[in-house]
Amino acid sequence: MSESTPGTTAQFPPLAGPPLLGLHEMELNFGPQHPSTHGVLRLVLKVDGERIVSARPDVGYLHRGTEKLFETETFPMVIPHTDRMDYVAASTNNHAYCLVVEKLLGVEVPKRAQYIRVLLDEMQRISSHVLWLATAAIDLGAITPFFYTFRDREVILDLFEEYCGARLTLNCMRIGGLPVDLTPGWLEKVRAFAEPFEKCIDEYEDLLTENRIWKERTVGIAVLDEKRCIEWGVTGPVLRAAGKAWDIRRALPYECYPELEFDIPVGRNADTYDRYLVRVAEIRQSRRIVLQCLDWLDKNPGTEIRGKVPRVIKPPAGEAYASVEAPKGELGFHLVASGGNKPYRLHVRPPSFINLQALPEMAQGHLVGDLVAVIGTIDIVLGEVDR
Amino acid sequence: MSDTLLHYVLIPFVKGLVTVLLLALAAGVLTWIERRLLGRFQIRKGPNRVGPQGFFQWIADVVKLVFKEDVVPSRAEKALHLLGPLLLFVPAVVVLGLVPWGPEVTLFGVTTPLHAAADLNVGLLLILAVSTIGVYGIILSGWASNSKYPLLGGLRSAAQLISYEVPMGLAVVAAILMSNSLSMVEIIEAQRRAGVWFVFPGLVAFFLYFVSGVAETNRTPFDLPEAESELVGGFHTEYSGFRWAVFFMSEYGNMISISAVATTLFFGGWLRPFPNVAWLSFLDVVPAFFWFTGKVFLFLIAYIWFRATFPRYRFDQLMALGWKSLIPISLVNLALVAIAVLWGAAGLKVLGAILVLLVAAGLFAVWRRPARPRTSTTMASANVEVRA
Repeated sequence: MSESTPGTTAQFPPLAGPPLLGLHEMELNFGPQHPSTHGVLRLVLKVDGERIVSARPDVGYLHRGTEKLFETETFPMVIPHTDRMDYVAASTNNHAYCLVVEKLLGVEVPKRAQYIRVLLDEMQRISSHVLWLATAAIDLGAITPFFYTFRDREVILDLFEEYCGARLTLNCMRIGGLPVDLTPGWLEKVRAFAEPFEKCIDEYEDLLTENRIWKERTVGIAVLDEKRCIEWGVTGPVLRAAGKAWDIRRALPYECYPELEFDIPVGRNADTYDRYLVRVAEIRQSRRIVLQCLDWLDKNPGTEIRGKVPRVIKPPAGEAYASVEAPKGELGFHLVASGGNKPYRLHVRPPSFINLQALPEMAQGHLVGDLVAVIGTIDIVLGEVDR
Repeated sequence: MSDTLLHYVLIPFVKGLVTVLLLALAAGVLTWIERRLLGRFQIRKGPNRVGPQGFFQWIADVVKLVFKEDVVPSRAEKALHLLGPLLLFVPAVVVLGLVPWGPEVTLFGVTTPLHAAADLNVGLLLILAVSTIGVYGIILSGWASNSKYPLLGGLRSAAQLISYEVPMGLAVVAAILMSNSLSMVEIIEAQRRAGVWFVFPGLVAFFLYFVSGVAETNRTPFDLPEAESELVGGFHTEYSGFRWAVFFMSEYGNMISISAVATTLFFGGWLRPFPNVAWLSFLDVVPAFFWFTGKVFLFLIAYIWFRATFPRYRFDQLMALGWKSLIPISLVNLALVAIAVLWGAAGLKVLGAILVLLVAAGLFAVWRRPARPRTSTTMASANVEVRA
């Protein structure tokens, strides 16, 4: 596979033959202002009629220099900046960052805080996946699932708001634990949402899973097999849909995940349809985890939300890497500390950016109409791609 | 002399004016109905602020569009850019003018058929011919915008409309065979004589006509020429203000026209259900015009329902559906209808009965189909397994 260059596969060889009237290929700017590039992604397409000869992503329209910004902030002040990377899954960003600092500090997070963190993460995963479902469906012209998913996402955001005051940029974790304890009655509200939520997932599936047009638009589209996924470093649902049961929660367990029961959904065909199925199955699994966390928290009341953390956080000089399973894949932070109260260097391994690399290969040979399915199926958030 | 003036100038003028105004009005009201209905489908409310139940929302929208700046891209082909929307709108009006809305009526002491144009003996042919012109509107506006997305939209629609005209034409031929006439009024009268709407013997033809009609009007799931998520706005990307409003009106006008023709060909136009059954004659208290509009309205609801339900087809799949499925089906259907017509009056009834039974059996099979099993951890799909 080493001789294969990005953007060409054996399946879709470059078009042969002399150009017709010099109009063989047309260059088409897809974005940065386009309804379905999910933000400010720009793709420079070469199209032959409607067939995509090559698709070159051009990123950076949302670049804010976040990694450099990290170096100017003290360790606790970095957390709000992480919110703004994958802004539809802020809690997993907070979590990954807190984990890496805790690793270097050697702080133990209390069990109760771990369960609350996992609870928040899994609610975030549900909200991120239903948002993906909404936008992916609307890209393919199915407008109705959008409203059903937003009905339920709204409830999750309200619950986040009640817990930490924010709906999107949560800032809901602190180094060593959590910022605040749970509001009284909050757990019951989460349970009131999570228990009947199964029916809502069934509703999404009724709208799409066996829908013939949905299947025609997604089966066999943007195939990226396990080998190519690993070569590109692709993680998350895209990798799992290719048949690899790789999930950081199980592969490199963190927090209380080893104590929780859940399965890893794995696809067979590595296409857009399997990625859809895998994500919907993950929503069901997340709901399972949420319910288990609720049970544990009900059985173990307490007030402990934070481990023993010094007032001024100054990790010893050294390096650490920690990662979590974010909704989009492996989100990792690589921290280099020099012994001061600010990170010397904090590098992010953003799943959206790394998964996006596979887009030219996935898009090639498909039609312009499929391109929106390809962009949708990777599930990118431009805040994380550009940082 | 004044009689000539009345019958050859005044009445046609008034009827034409009424047709245009009615179409524009109906298109506006239809947008309100669509948005409210979509709201119902999508667990939300839809426009409900301007006027009772938001009914005047469409008027507010029209006012906004009329006063909006009319932007023409600087290197656009100005004349064709202007011509595009008109070429799409005019056929919709003309087709509606060729469809009879009711039998002869007497208004203000003048007796006249409820029919904007004369009842032509080649009415159906003219309808097919005129509605084909609409495709020029889309192609020209796509090309004249001098922009790539509209160009792609225009190309898509050219291929789509030409492809779907074939099954549509073949479906119409089945109706012609059954009625033995090309005149719209005569087709309705033939349905009265046959005692059965042509939808029963022509069930397949009606299905083909309606599916092709959805494709011809660029509505979901065949809305590729203007696919928002792919081509931004497709052929009307570079249009704004009133020109865009004309496109919008033509889309809804075309929906109404297609529905009106379908009503006439297959649902007995202004006839009440079972026009020959005497004991149902109490239904005649509803004037013929309302039977006609009611049927058209049901078709329009179906259009909106489609939009709430279906994702969009891809371009090559759309072509495959047209050429590989609809055209062969329509040819077979044409042969069946021809045999039934040759058989005589009983033939149509037998064919209709067989088709209705087949559909009933199909619905029964769907109804009895076991539900897909679901559990909390896995899905009923062979594609996905779970690993602990």
